[in-house]
Amino acid sequence: MPKVPGLVKGLGVTLGTLFTTVTKGANTVQYPHEKEIPPIRSRGVIALHQDNCTSCMLCSRSCPDWCIYIEAHKELAPPRREGGKPRKVNLLDRFDIDYALCMYCGICVEVCPFDALFWSPEYEYSEPNIADLLHDKSKLSEWMETVPEAPALEAGADKKKK
Amino acid sequence: MTPLLAEIPYWGQSVLRVLGGLVAVLLPAGTIVYVFLFKMMSFMQSRLGPMEAGPYGSMQLFAEVGKWLQKEDIVPERADVRIFKMAPVIVLLSTFLLVVVVPFGPDAWFTDLETGVFYALAVSSVSVLGILIAGWSSANKYSLLGGLRAAGQLIAYELPMVLAVMGVVIQAGTMNMQKIVVAQNSGSMFGISAIGHPYVISQFVGFVIFMIAIQAELTQAPFDMPIAESELVSGYMTEYSGFRFLIFFIGEFATAGVFAMIASVLFLGGWGVPFSWFGWTSIDDISNWMNVVGPLIMFTKMMLVVFIIMWIRFSYPRLREDQLQRFAWKGLIPVALANIMVTSILKVVF
Repeated sequence: MPKVPGLVKGLGVTLGTLFTTVTKGANTVQYPHEKEIPPIRSRGVIALHQDNCTSCMLCSRSCPDWCIYIEAHKELAPPRREGGKPRKVNLLDRFDIDYALCMYCGICVEVCPFDALFWSPEYEYSEPNIADLLHDKSKLSEWMETVPEAPALEAGADKKKK
Repeated sequence: MTPLLAEIPYWGQSVLRVLGGLVAVLLPAGTIVYVFLFKMMSFMQSRLGPMEAGPYGSMQLFAEVGKWLQKEDIVPERADVRIFKMAPVIVLLSTFLLVVVVPFGPDAWFTDLETGVFYALAVSSVSVLGILIAGWSSANKYSLLGGLRAAGQLIAYELPMVLAVMGVVIQAGTMNMQKIVVAQNSGSMFGISAIGHPYVISQFVGFVIFMIAIQAELTQAPFDMPIAESELVSGYMTEYSGFRFLIFFIGEFATAGVFAMIASVLFLGGWGVPFSWFGWTSIDDISNWMNVVGPLIMFTKMMLVVFIIMWIRFSYPRLREDQLQRFAWKGLIPVALANIMVTSILKVVF
């Protein structure tokens, strides 16, 4: 078969795309009316599981943008075993992430030793006022509902040790 | 319009002609922008285009016009103000002057000049003046370069356009656009009169040259160096905003429509259908309903021609300035000259 000149081929490509768009629809998604489901591990927003947080400040210190603000105080909690000493626990007063600064690097999620931070694929939290992008701990905890279940471990992988 | 409007006083006829001219320029322009620029271009890129304003975004153009009208009319401090303000009007004016000679039906025409083709080709170059003074008066180096490029390009491609039309004029034996339409529709090819004799077949070389030339005259890609946005911001339109930009914008697409109408008159048989279908022998036999159907046929043919122009526009990347000039002077003009010679020899022989 003789080679089709590129100029003619190009016209064919655009006309072909015209017909596929008319018959099968466009590649684009009409966003506010229909939504694209992001992949399960996409980085939408960071959720906070408050009970796991020990306010160790690792996330705050590892954040390249310094966009995590933590304040906490110590309290005494009842002992684990009968007759033991009362435990000292850290309780969060403040855990804020400023999404106006966050660059979604995910280092905080990686560095957290107690599984208190999670990625959620939720992405619809833009605000008309930039100050409202500072999510406090109650709002960060609400995002926990949108965190998907962790995918199952690969066959033969080590079980997580308690 | 003469027999139909004979009873109407002169001022009434003039008002009707002005209204008709507005419709003949603005309606195709709006349709072209919506159907081709908004929708076809999007579909060719697997997008949907505007969808929010009205059903399938059909009111988008009104939204755009409203947006442009309420924008500030900015004039640069060092600009030559009067000329700067005049330039877009001159560009649009040439479009209105062009549509005057286009026949839309047996009696539906604005003027019936004996030298219609000559007039059209002459008036079409008025827009070069508008573009050149827009580029000059903006006091902006990008505008100036864009204006100069436009002048060079429009003059270079006017020659092949004129020469391509010569073939049609030789074959039809007249410069009157109405008579060219009649000649195509009452003619026959090889004794068969079923489809008349559209010059797109016998003047195919001329048609191709004419299409390439109007692509360049309309500064549509791949010939859009005057407004090459990656090199010249927006060329001669850089300093324009608000309704002056809108006039340039309307002018661009209205001229596309009018040039497509001229192309369909010269090569595709214009408003007519082959006269043998209804047993007409001359223009006087044609029934009156052709004055209504004629413009619709014309519109369909215009859309077809604009489709080709836009299809090429959306498919090809921009040429370089020197490639553009070389293509016109070394490619199109010699071929067009040869086409004239062959046409005139064949015209004498047969």
